[in-house]
Amino acid sequence: MTVAEFFGCAFLAFGTPLAMFCFTISDSPIKIILLIFSSFLWLLALLISSFIWFIFIPLRDYLIFGVLVSVLIQEGFRYIVYKLLDKTSAGLEELAGNSLVTHNKPVLAYVSGLGFGIISGLFQSLNILADAGSGPGTVGLKSGSDFFFITSATFALCIVLLHTFWNVIFFNGIHHHNKINIIYVVLSHLIFSCITLLNSYQLYGLTLTLSIANVIITMLIAFKTVGGSVMKLKQCIACQ
Amino acid sequence: MDGHVSEASGTRDKPLEAEDRLRKKIKQPRERNYGATSNDVIVVNPAQPPPQDPPHRDRRPTQQEMEEDEEKEILKYGAKHVIKLFVPVTLCMMVVVMTVNSVSFYTVKDVYLIYTPFHETSKDTGVKIWNALANSMILMVVIIIMTVLLILLYKNRCYKIIHGWLIMSSFMLLFLFSYLYLEEVMRAYNIPMDYPTALFIMWNFGVVGMIAIHWQSPLRLQQAYLIFVSALMALVFVKYLPEYTTWVVLGVISIWDLVAVLSPRGPLRILVETAQERNEQIFPALIYSSTVLYSIVGMTTTGTETGNETRRLNENQDASADQAGFNQEWASTTRQRVQQRQIEVQANDQSHPTQYRTVTRPPSDNLTEAQRHQQQMEEEERGIKLGLGDFIFYSVLVGKASSYGDWNTTIACFVAILIGLCLTLLLLAVTRKALPALPISITFGLFFCVTTSVLVKPFTETLAAEQVFI
Repeated sequence: MTVAEFFGCAFLAFGTPLAMFCFTISDSPIKIILLIFSSFLWLLALLISSFIWFIFIPLRDYLIFGVLVSVLIQEGFRYIVYKLLDKTSAGLEELAGNSLVTHNKPVLAYVSGLGFGIISGLFQSLNILADAGSGPGTVGLKSGSDFFFITSATFALCIVLLHTFWNVIFFNGIHHHNKINIIYVVLSHLIFSCITLLNSYQLYGLTLTLSIANVIITMLIAFKTVGGSVMKLKQCIACQ
Repeated sequence: MDGHVSEASGTRDKPLEAEDRLRKKIKQPRERNYGATSNDVIVVNPAQPPPQDPPHRDRRPTQQEMEEDEEKEILKYGAKHVIKLFVPVTLCMMVVVMTVNSVSFYTVKDVYLIYTPFHETSKDTGVKIWNALANSMILMVVIIIMTVLLILLYKNRCYKIIHGWLIMSSFMLLFLFSYLYLEEVMRAYNIPMDYPTALFIMWNFGVVGMIAIHWQSPLRLQQAYLIFVSALMALVFVKYLPEYTTWVVLGVISIWDLVAVLSPRGPLRILVETAQERNEQIFPALIYSSTVLYSIVGMTTTGTETGNETRRLNENQDASADQAGFNQEWASTTRQRVQQRQIEVQANDQSHPTQYRTVTRPPSDNLTEAQRHQQQMEEEERGIKLGLGDFIFYSVLVGKASSYGDWNTTIACFVAILIGLCLTLLLLAVTRKALPALPISITFGLFFCVTTSVLVKPFTETLAAEQVFI
């Protein structure tokens, strides 16, 4: 059972990102490098926020402080990624050998967003998944919900997708000096994290619904910002 | 290749002797910059043009042009080659991490290398640190002595001894250590197997491996063997080095790497330069190459005590409690491993004479059709090389990090090492000479390992316990 649960949760959380990686990233070396680079920057962001959480000893018990700091620092690093990509675009182009990747801002945003998301999802769910896989044990036998692993995996999937969408919206916002997009991203991130604070009360139904709604809204906005429309989607599906 | 270079010097109107002289003048500095390199070196094969230009006035502008072209080319091929290194490094790390996590044999400390006489059994951290420092110093001294010995052997042209030891050490890795690995994996997963089957598998595996590494085989097969051999070696370190010593050794070895490759009197540099003076291929080392070079890739190590050690090894093989037995054996491979890292292949094999000479290729109007074709081949074949030692130490770092049971630390180390590798490759494109691959990556890796387990881990654990996602 534990092994089955492990694989189920693992593919729930990382199946979609894996597919995204295989179909959109893995064919281009420069994209892979960008992905790893942005995950590295997310690591730095996490390191800094952990450090701040760590040194403010009296605030350590109030998790909301750590969450707020971390969200803001992550958004700061999103900006840094944009700036870095902007500054090094000439070099990137040479490195890539083709301008298809480097000149296409949404592609850059997507790739680095996925990097942010994947590392974030891994960091927040891999240890739990490993526990699930290593067994033996039954979840919810003594206390806690039976749905612990599956909700955890769903949240990991949400954060991966959200980071990707946020990055697309955010980059677009900076590029076109559209403040609303940037504010939306920060707010959406804050709301998502604050909603998950309710998880400790095991209100999984509520938190999951809200989070998934957040994902869908963000997805639609991201789709819109890169110039998507219903007609184009139809054309795409019909392979026209 | 000689014809090629003499064309490059562009002195058709001069008498033949002058051309010869000129050729020599060019050849030497040119070769210093690439081809043979050393100690965990990554080399983008083509490197600088000769620092001393021959006194020919037509040459200079073309040289600069070519240099610019070359820079673009390196960058252009860069991304692809970076990935070509990422994949094997990742695979090697994965083998090590999976093994460390599933086979408890590799995390239990019972036997140690003879080079680490202090076993860190004390409870006191101060004593432990002192032990670790002493251990790593002893190891370093051994490594340095063996390197010097290797240079002496090479200078005195004792090729037979060197080659004998190469084959012997790869033989041991492929048969003995692989057998131990197989046994432990079987034990961990509780799979029964009879001795004839095991021997049959080992025999085939080992023989194919020997052929693949020392002679020839499909490139993929050879690469697979090289990755597996480095993973085995890394596992050996994870198991047989005491806790703190591993970390100190990682630090010290990357410093040694810097010194040996970059300092003007660095032993590896001397070695490489000797080989270039003789204009011969350094005895092939175990390096991972992303290109087709298998016929000249081999294994290298030092040691005149080969026979000695092997005999002792055989005598003591069963007595794992006996330190001298196992430890001699491990230690000998330690040296071998270190040497592997230290020597890069000089790729002027007969069959690919101009493999590494694309930088200073003559202007295209001087080229014959054949040469042009050859150039295209070169461009196809240019690749980056990474010493297997780098694979080993990266994997040791990641494996050691994962042995504490925290996946976050493992991932952080992994990403940090890849980024370090990226930076090294970037530097390589800028400096165009052999660079040590360990320092940046290992520094990043150690930094992230420590900070993740000290700072990030408590934070993420609190978050995970409350199921808060940031």
